[in-house]
Amino acid sequence: MKSFNGNILFLDRSDINTDEIIPARYLTEVTKEALKPYLLEDLNMEEFDAAAGIKDKSVIVTRANFGCGSSREHAPWALEVNGIHIVIAESFARIFRQNMFNCGMLAIELDKNTIDRLFSRFAGKPCKLETDFENSRLIFRADQLDETIAFEISDFDRALVNAGGWVDYADSNY
Amino acid sequence: MGKTIAEKIFESRLVDQPTPDTFVLRLDAVFCHEITTPVAINDLVARDKDRVFDPGKIKAVIDHVTPAKDSKTALQGKIIREWASRHGITDFFDIGRNGVCHALFPEKGFVRPGYTIIMGDSHTCTHGAFGAFAAGVGTTDLEVGILKGVCAFRAPETIKIQVDGNLPQGVYAKDVILAIIGRLGVNGATNKVIEFCGPAIDAMSMEARMTLCNMAIEAGGTCGICAPDAVTVDYLWPFIKDEFDSQETALKAYSVYRPDPDALYSQTLKIDVSKLEPQVTYGFKPDNVKTVSQMTGTPVHQVYIGSCTNGRIEDLRVAAQILKGKKIKDNVRAIVSPATPDIYGQALKEGIIEIFMQAGFCVTNPTCGACLGMSNGVLAEGEVCAATTNRNFNGRMGKGGMVHLMSPATAAACALAGAIVNSEQFKG
Repeated sequence: MKSFNGNILFLDRSDINTDEIIPARYLTEVTKEALKPYLLEDLNMEEFDAAAGIKDKSVIVTRANFGCGSSREHAPWALEVNGIHIVIAESFARIFRQNMFNCGMLAIELDKNTIDRLFSRFAGKPCKLETDFENSRLIFRADQLDETIAFEISDFDRALVNAGGWVDYADSNY
Repeated sequence: MGKTIAEKIFESRLVDQPTPDTFVLRLDAVFCHEITTPVAINDLVARDKDRVFDPGKIKAVIDHVTPAKDSKTALQGKIIREWASRHGITDFFDIGRNGVCHALFPEKGFVRPGYTIIMGDSHTCTHGAFGAFAAGVGTTDLEVGILKGVCAFRAPETIKIQVDGNLPQGVYAKDVILAIIGRLGVNGATNKVIEFCGPAIDAMSMEARMTLCNMAIEAGGTCGICAPDAVTVDYLWPFIKDEFDSQETALKAYSVYRPDPDALYSQTLKIDVSKLEPQVTYGFKPDNVKTVSQMTGTPVHQVYIGSCTNGRIEDLRVAAQILKGKKIKDNVRAIVSPATPDIYGQALKEGIIEIFMQAGFCVTNPTCGACLGMSNGVLAEGEVCAATTNRNFNGRMGKGGMVHLMSPATAAACALAGAIVNSEQFKG
């Protein structure tokens, strides 16, 4: 299973689409690793510098409808090759969410109030996430601050993460 | 309890239900193109599982960047070409026979009412126009589809959108769907199927229904879907005439995929289009929609008519009607890309290509290229494009560019005026 722990990048915007996560001009690559330098290159958010923003981050916390638009799995791959295996959001676009679990990664939905609270308590500070996948708990830690939040995922999504993704699951079941 | 179209299809194709909300469906077709398929092929090879579930049910095309523009896109073409060849995938459309997937595959008769279809392309929802359940998926779902012929979905909750009234002059399916997305918002239909119905839909051609269903994904929808009717059967007739003794028999058979009157919907929306004005987007999200009159005078540098949304023969006819005998504005460049070779050929026959060329348009071969800023019409920083495509995301047609989505009629008028304008002023 992949690691779901590490430093958090807060992206304070809804409807971040997959063109912003990885622009189409890089879809000519046929390996995941080649996407690494281009993650979030076209993110339309003031004062966001992709290289500095992503540096040392392993977790994204963001708002609603993350990953809308194109079906490109290059978006989760661009996260994966940058060491980001978990995105926590108010909601996800269907294809992006499925792609994350299909790759054995986590797309965790939390309600708006919880996301609001995470932004107000933790954004702008150095902070880390520890994920207790077995017990469905997220532990957020910053200097003199911590908070544990329970999350829900379906049994099927959990099985995909445990199997390492949909290819292995499907190959052993169908 | 009655069922929606998607519920009927799910029931007829169900293979497994590993959890109550997970439906693993048997696939009738898996569509492939050269951008998202090569990584799946390479992964299957690496896993020593380089097999396909049924070569007859896999359809493949090179459409996003064609002809190849560089060594990387040439390699993508090579990977899918060699894969199709070694697995006996005979419905493979290489350069000269290739076109934009969501225009080409229906034209070849690959879509039927009740079908389940996936493709590594978000606009796969287009094929719901035929009463099929067609969904865009990522490369991993595509890979499993290729290998096993199955795909997993959540329960198909459905939003019913009833479209009443007759479309006014100068208003088209594109305006209807932009208005609907403006109301639903970019995630108003996330994880849901959108079922379109009502007199305005009944009156639409298959081409117009494809335009409508094509953009279901821009509201987050899994699939846009129209009930199969006489229009559907008429379009499909050349491909199904050996299966049925008459169009009436075919219609009766396909009617099992019409929704029950007492079907349950998660939401019902009514829209009357009889007073609808032409629509256009203004920001970086497809739900940033205004009327053309609110945006009149906004200057454009480039006009693009084409794509899986609006590159079909009807679209070219409408644009040509507006352009006939006129010249595009001096400071505008305009590109038209007929979506398939058959559309291109038909447009040549009807004199439409000549009208475009006389007006000052560049006519390109069928390709997705410009729509997603990959080739054949990429914008420079600060440039504005009036486009008949489906996405206005930041950087979509080129880094730093702005895209205004609109109908082919409005786009043709923009080319003549050099700015956003209502097409009605150029009629006649």
